[in-house]
Amino acid sequence: MIWGVLQFPGSCDERDALHACAAASGESLLIWHQDRDLSKVDGVVVPGGFSYGDYLRAGALARFSPAMTAVAKFAAEGGPVLGICNGFQVLCEAGLLPGALLRNVELRFICKQVELEEAGGDGERLSIPMKHGEGRYYAPPQMLDEIEDRGQVAYRYADGHNSNGSVRDIAGVRNEAGNVVGLMPHPEHAVDPLTGSTDGLRVFRALERFAA
Amino acid sequence: MAKARVLIRPKEGILDPQGKAVERALPALGFEGIEHVRVGRMVELEAEDAEALAELCEKLLANPLIEDYEIQTL
Repeated sequence: MIWGVLQFPGSCDERDALHACAAASGESLLIWHQDRDLSKVDGVVVPGGFSYGDYLRAGALARFSPAMTAVAKFAAEGGPVLGICNGFQVLCEAGLLPGALLRNVELRFICKQVELEEAGGDGERLSIPMKHGEGRYYAPPQMLDEIEDRGQVAYRYADGHNSNGSVRDIAGVRNEAGNVVGLMPHPEHAVDPLTGSTDGLRVFRALERFAA
Repeated sequence: MAKARVLIRPKEGILDPQGKAVERALPALGFEGIEHVRVGRMVELEAEDAEALAELCEKLLANPLIEDYEIQTL
């Protein structure tokens, strides 16, 4: 499987994402934000960083890029899309995922290893780093109920690991079809035993089944 | 061109940690009796068509899920 990793001005995790995609699934290539051509890839990663300087709101400007227009179409056709950190914010702003990400409740940038639980998974935890200032997941109560009812919560912070104040410990969500997933922690930084955990590989591999 | 000002603030009921931090700092500076501080942002712009501003706010300037906006034409 070939993953395409988007690169916006201000992205900073696209190199790690390229490495992680290749390690998880085989191949990866970079897609510049002005490109619209996704015909060479089977899946798309919207990586972390500070796209377009995070001006206005995190992710708000990136959604209007040519590449994101192509990603919206790709997602609608059922292709796998993974948004990580800023990429998660971009997917929420683009309306491809429900909810929004707000400033961390303590107003501090948080950088640390956290434990996640895969919603509906086997209960095995994932140890993955997080690093963000605006990662407090929020959706209005009624929308949250709908998200839960439809099984759209993808990852939750394990007990004691929700340090950004996300509602209902939500760390990541998916769309109704399940082919679009976003999360705040960084699976691409947890793919090599050298850095302490390879649990991040599971996040990429979980989406492989949506590749055409 | 019509001059306009767009005020964007966190929706009522959404925890606004920036507002809280400002509020907590005030007594230390001797400002008593100030509460319910909310921090938002303001966008000034000039528009050919002021009618289009609401759509602009819905699509870009504000995120209607978490923010309210108010358009003031000047």
